Amino acid sequence: MNIPIFVLLNLLKVAVVTVIFLMAVAYTVLLERKLVGRIQNRWGPSRVGPFGLLQPLADGLKLFLKEDLMPSAVFRPLFIMAPIIALSCALISIGVIPFGENIRWHGVDMFQIADLNIGLLVILGVTSVGIYGIALSGWSSNNKYSLLGSLRSSAQMVSYELALGLSVIGVVLRTGSLRLRDIVNLQNTHGILSWNIFGGLQIVAFFIYLCAAFAETNRTPFDLPEAESELTAGYHTEYSSMKFAMFFMAEYANMITVGCVATVLFLGGWSSPFGDLFPAFGGPVAQALLPVFWFVLKVFSFLFLYVWVRGTLPRFRYDQLMGFGWKFLLPIAVLNVMATSLVLAFHG
Amino acid sequence: MSIVRDLAAVAKGMSVTFGEIFQPTEVENYPDGPGPFRGAKFEERYRGRHVLQRDENGLEKCVACFLCAAACPSNCIHIEAAENTAEQRISSAERYAKVYNIDYNRCIFCGYCVEACPTDAITHGHGFELSSLNTTSLVMRKEDLLAPMPDSPAKLESSTQ
Repeated sequence: MNIPIFVLLNLLKVAVVTVIFLMAVAYTVLLERKLVGRIQNRWGPSRVGPFGLLQPLADGLKLFLKEDLMPSAVFRPLFIMAPIIALSCALISIGVIPFGENIRWHGVDMFQIADLNIGLLVILGVTSVGIYGIALSGWSSNNKYSLLGSLRSSAQMVSYELALGLSVIGVVLRTGSLRLRDIVNLQNTHGILSWNIFGGLQIVAFFIYLCAAFAETNRTPFDLPEAESELTAGYHTEYSSMKFAMFFMAEYANMITVGCVATVLFLGGWSSPFGDLFPAFGGPVAQALLPVFWFVLKVFSFLFLYVWVRGTLPRFRYDQLMGFGWKFLLPIAVLNVMATSLVLAFHG
Repeated sequence: MSIVRDLAAVAKGMSVTFGEIFQPTEVENYPDGPGPFRGAKFEERYRGRHVLQRDENGLEKCVACFLCAAACPSNCIHIEAAENTAEQRISSAERYAKVYNIDYNRCIFCGYCVEACPTDAITHGHGFELSSLNTTSLVMRKEDLLAPMPDSPAKLESSTQ
């Protein structure tokens, strides 16, 4: 193995994935604005570039040029650290997600940054640490709205982290591995029929994951931490300019990550929904890129669902949120783990 | 069974919003639309920029009676009258408005001038793009407000304004 080429290719891979991920974050914002606009019979952004396609650029530029206010009563170190924690944790978790087949070139895995054997645990851990960004921002802002927002967010995270973790257990039980590639490979045999959501009978787990993921990423109908009608802007009330932009990007990056994880765990990752129904076509490059296409398509439809739900459902009340998490999702998640274990024990 | 009912309600709501995605927008496509108003739509009685009308002979309808200026609650109409002569006939009556200024810094678009006018000379058009960075350009003169001559080629262009 040629060490310099190996290192160079790896660095290149990291750079490319990061750039694509950040672009995806920017365009998810546009997708949301466009789609919510269409749902409300409006146009959405249409002024910058054709169909408003350059809007993310204009938004980014605007946020860069805004004045970076530092309120005098904040606790500075944490106030500055909080958005960095939120964004970096949101960006780290993309590193263990596989986008395509395990194709190696000069010994470099082309479609995954790091193939960890505990990839799923790393994602769960890193996204949990990301909550510190929100909690600390609310505490360090020295503002009642921010504090309430971060308190809610902490409580929400604790409640829904359990359901999220338990919903994933069923998939892990079926696979017997925490490596994301193993999880996808198990679903890669008969197209859509062998995906965990259908063939693996994990549709209940998928529903639980969906609800918990919406709550974990602070999206409607669980967006209580930033409930703008009650808490002005929640935990990021005191933030402006790029520090606000970092929270904003973290939220959308988390959406994409959650979509990627849902795709990998339940929707068969990069595998084609048709399995081997159609003969392979194209050269090796097309064969390598087709799985990536399926992966992106699945993540996109997940993001579509996110926006669609946001355009439909109103926000939960706080006690409803807690009741739903503890009294409904958690018992169902436990039941799902038990049922999956029993099925695997007697048929597996 | 309340869960089933709730889920059905959520599904129904989701289907409604999904259907709305494919509906045409309610929004007027204002600056990008066709026509002189670029997509903006108006009710017939919308009170926009005034238009001083002409009669069928192309003469000005305004006879400088000052009733509009008297009716104006914000005193934004300034008229100077002059006599028509045989050589220079501007309006069909005895007098005509030599100067007819409307100060759109002050105008509140109440429509009292239009109501007061005995000859239907002053009317509200649909012109609405009145904003300006320079307030002096908001004092519009008779030349700015007059309807075009009936046979002029620019008639179709701006007769609605």
